Amino acid sequence: MSLKNKSLKYYYSTIIVAAFGLLSVILSMTIGLEKSTIYLLEKIVIAVILAVSLNLVVGFLGELSLGHAGFMCVGAYLGGKFAVIISSSLGNSALTLILSMLVGGTVAALCGILIGLPALRLKGDYLAIVTLGFGEIVKSIFQNTSRESFGGALGLETPRYNKDELFIYAFAVLIITLLVVQNLMNSKHGRAITSIRDNEIAARATGINVTKYKLMAFIISSFFAGVAGVLYSFSNYNIQSSKFGYNYSIEILVMVVLGGIGSINGSIIAATLITFINTEFATILTGNLAVLQNLLYAIILIVIVIYGNSPALSAFREKYDIKKLFDKFKKRDPSIIKEDKANWNNIPTKIPMDELLSVDVSNNDQNLDSDETDKGGK
Amino acid sequence: MADYVLETKNLGITFGGLKAAQDVNIKISKNQIYGLVGPNGAGKTTIFNMLTGVYTPTSGTFFLNGEELKGKSQETINHKGIARTFQNIRLFNNMSVIRNVLVGLSNQPEFKCGLFTSIFRLPKHFRTEKAMRDKAKELLKIFDLYEERNNLSCNLPYGKQRKLEIARALATNPKLLLLDEPAAGMNPNETADLMDTIRLIRDKFDITVLLIEHDMKFVSGLCDEITVLNFGTVLAQGDTKTALNDPEVIKAYIGG
Repeated sequence: MSLKNKSLKYYYSTIIVAAFGLLSVILSMTIGLEKSTIYLLEKIVIAVILAVSLNLVVGFLGELSLGHAGFMCVGAYLGGKFAVIISSSLGNSALTLILSMLVGGTVAALCGILIGLPALRLKGDYLAIVTLGFGEIVKSIFQNTSRESFGGALGLETPRYNKDELFIYAFAVLIITLLVVQNLMNSKHGRAITSIRDNEIAARATGINVTKYKLMAFIISSFFAGVAGVLYSFSNYNIQSSKFGYNYSIEILVMVVLGGIGSINGSIIAATLITFINTEFATILTGNLAVLQNLLYAIILIVIVIYGNSPALSAFREKYDIKKLFDKFKKRDPSIIKEDKANWNNIPTKIPMDELLSVDVSNNDQNLDSDETDKGGK
Repeated sequence: MADYVLETKNLGITFGGLKAAQDVNIKISKNQIYGLVGPNGAGKTTIFNMLTGVYTPTSGTFFLNGEELKGKSQETINHKGIARTFQNIRLFNNMSVIRNVLVGLSNQPEFKCGLFTSIFRLPKHFRTEKAMRDKAKELLKIFDLYEERNNLSCNLPYGKQRKLEIARALATNPKLLLLDEPAAGMNPNETADLMDTIRLIRDKFDITVLLIEHDMKFVSGLCDEITVLNFGTVLAQGDTKTALNDPEVIKAYIGG
């Protein structure tokens, strides 16, 4: 019974996302949603897939990757091109979509191996630079292709799908991504990946095949980035390689960091929030006010980070902690303390002076002296 | 040759001009508790690192149950049956206590479960997962950590962290367990408790133990045989009492 509840807990976020997806599908079929709303939903879904897949590498494997948009770019272009080729015979069917997503994802996964191999030797900042370089290289390769092959600077045109249909597929892909990542992380393989993050030396000594699991994390992460890229290419009809610069990689990283490194639910929320804010700003702030877009975005990020970490706000956070409110709601026993939550700031560390002076040290001194003479004697 | 669980032959390693260990010959019989002692910098941990594949010996070789393991990777050596703990505790800090042990269990052939089985949640996944959890709980009970199984391992007190590290090493089903200063930083009660635990696991899991320790009471109370190292060379070897009373050993430790 308890095991059942526990395993269900991992899927709460997936269930909520699925319910939300179902709701929007029903809405679009009955009342009909505006084109802009559907486009926003697609953008959010793509962002969530990207954030969750990047979280696999950054949050669970503990390696900093700044080239996630590069994997997405590879997926978008190759998946998109594949769709253009096969749509002449298969038409704009679901099969075209699925096949091109598989192709885009697989090619991106192969690039994941390419990046994963140096990752076995590189660490931290150095790996970040390699991945950053990878993203930029991929971007410029596709920028400099000919008009016939990948569209070059003008971009690649992809088959036009019915928007109402496409976002249903997008939600389905998102749910599959969430299930795969959750299932992976809550299995022995996921534990092995997190053990590498926590202590690579100990993981090796415990018999974990570090090479295998690092590559596994990179491959799965880049596969889903590639799939998200294909979705992106269908959602926009036209892909421009300039979109996949390091700015976009960092935006995905911001989603992961903001949502909490290693938290899938956090990634979902943060990706939704950031995409929503960005899109809203882009529609509201037009003309001269467009310069404010990035400024407001940055201010919001700063406020969230300060709220999450500032010690001055800790009392406020405690009071309005969502978890605690839930506990109250569920009437959990507060005496069960799972973690060390003592407020170490309030514990006095200074020893009063008179207490220090009252300690009699003369006796100990004598002992020390006699010890030393003994040793000398020997 | 196969009579010994571990046999090292002229094992040595040099770092540039520094001879960290040379000509170390250790023979450990089955179910022995063997001690490795010596002053700081004598090369004890270096030997552990060679035996677990962190360093490749520059001279000599070593055998586990007659099988040469020199030059093998850390993972392979662990699969072959050498597990270790570390001098400075290296737990998976952000994982719960039981997960630490589960990581150790994941390489055993009986708990084999492929990536796709796990991702698609096939029945085999649930079976192995349940079996692994049962085994982990059993191990935690031996080390008196069962109650804390869902706590984060970094929140455990020091003595229990040491025990958890041993439990994790045991989870990999070793034939030879290397303990690097298991009693460091423990109070006398915890040390006595640990001595009993080490004897218990030796008997229960039918393993051989090689340990590094500075606490002479601990060593003389627990070890059947010891090797004393100084500056990378063997100073004395054999029966614990005789070796510890060797004038050379006393000289190396106390000076004179």
